[in-house]
Formats: sequence, structure tokens, C-alpha cells
Amino acid sequence: MKQNDGRRWHDMGGQAAGPVPKDDHDFALWEKRIDALMVLCSAKGHFTVDGLRRALEDMGEDAFETMSYYERWVASLNQNLVEAGVYTPTELGERMEEIATRGETYGEAAHG
Amino acid sequence: MAERVRVKHMMPPGHVRAPAYLRGKTGFVERKLGAFGNPEQLAYGLPAEKIPLLRVRFSMAEVWGSDTEYPNDTLDAEIFAHWLEYPETHDAP
Repeated sequence: MKQNDGRRWHDMGGQAAGPVPKDDHDFALWEKRIDALMVLCSAKGHFTVDGLRRALEDMGEDAFETMSYYERWVASLNQNLVEAGVYTPTELGERMEEIATRGETYGEAAHG
Repeated sequence: MAERVRVKHMMPPGHVRAPAYLRGKTGFVERKLGAFGNPEQLAYGLPAEKIPLLRVRFSMAEVWGSDTEYPNDTLDAEIFAHWLEYPETHDAP
């Protein structure tokens, strides 16, 4: 249930909710890599878990419905890395294009 | 006697760690945990001031109301000192 007292969308504690899903999660390689990237960025001092959370919260409720957990994480990581000056959006775009030419799958990319 | 504290009842936009369901609720200091960087500054990549973090114990009745299933059960939450205020022990006459 929505509460109209000014609390932000992510701050859901105490609101009505259904049962907790108990099925196991199976993570894809890219998801594990996103998790590792957070550890790496934190260790290198680019940003902290607080920055990760802040960008996740600022994405708003729509992102929570339309993106998966690690899709939201990678978007937040990118936001924080750009803010920390690690790369610019243009540098990211060029690198993404370069990597896309290697192929669609990890196997193709490894031999490309 | 344990120190009574109340979580500030404000709802600012931006990244904060005090959960909304505890704002305005009164508990007591279970223990002091030491000082940690202010997440409200860390979240924006700013140099962070070290602020005392306290473990505060609330009764379920205080958090959810007296009709809660186990009103005397307790809930502990770690709240930064700048989110706590110290209510008067006795109400003014």
C-alpha cells in the first residue's frame, strides 16, 4: 500500500506485502561480474555502497518494475563511475561498440 | 537507566539510512557502536564526517501499535546520532 507521508518509494519497511519467495536464485556470469565490479570499485575508492544505494533509489519505482536486480546494479555502477570521473559517457559508448563487434556470446568474444 | 531516544520525524528527499517506519518512534539505546562515515555524504562521493552509530531497541507495540501480535517483543535498529533526539522523560504539566 502506498503511504502518502513523504517517504520515498524504496523505503518499504512495514508496508503490506505478499509471501516471501523461497525459490533459489541462479546467477548468470554477467551478474556475478557486476557483483565483483562493485567490490572492485569500492576497494579502489571510486565510490561506496552508499553511492550504489543512492543511485538505485534515485532510479525510482519504474526501474524496480522494469529492470532486474543486477540490471539496476550495473546502471548504478555506471552512474557512480561517471560521477567519480573514471570514464566519460563517450568513452563508455566507444568501448561498448568495440566490444559488441567481438560477437554476441562469451565464446565468440573470447576468440574474437 | 537506559537512555531514551526518538528517531526524528522528518522525510527529506535524498539518501538517508533511517527507515521511514521508525521515524517518530521512541526506543532506548541498547549499545553504542562507535563512529562511522555519514552515509548521507558518502552516497554523493563527498568527504564524510564520522558520526556515532547507536543500536536502538524499540518495542513492537511502539513500532506497529498496541494491537500487534507480540507487543512486548523488541526490534533493534542501528541509527546514526544525527537522526536521534532526546525526548523529555516527563510531560510538562
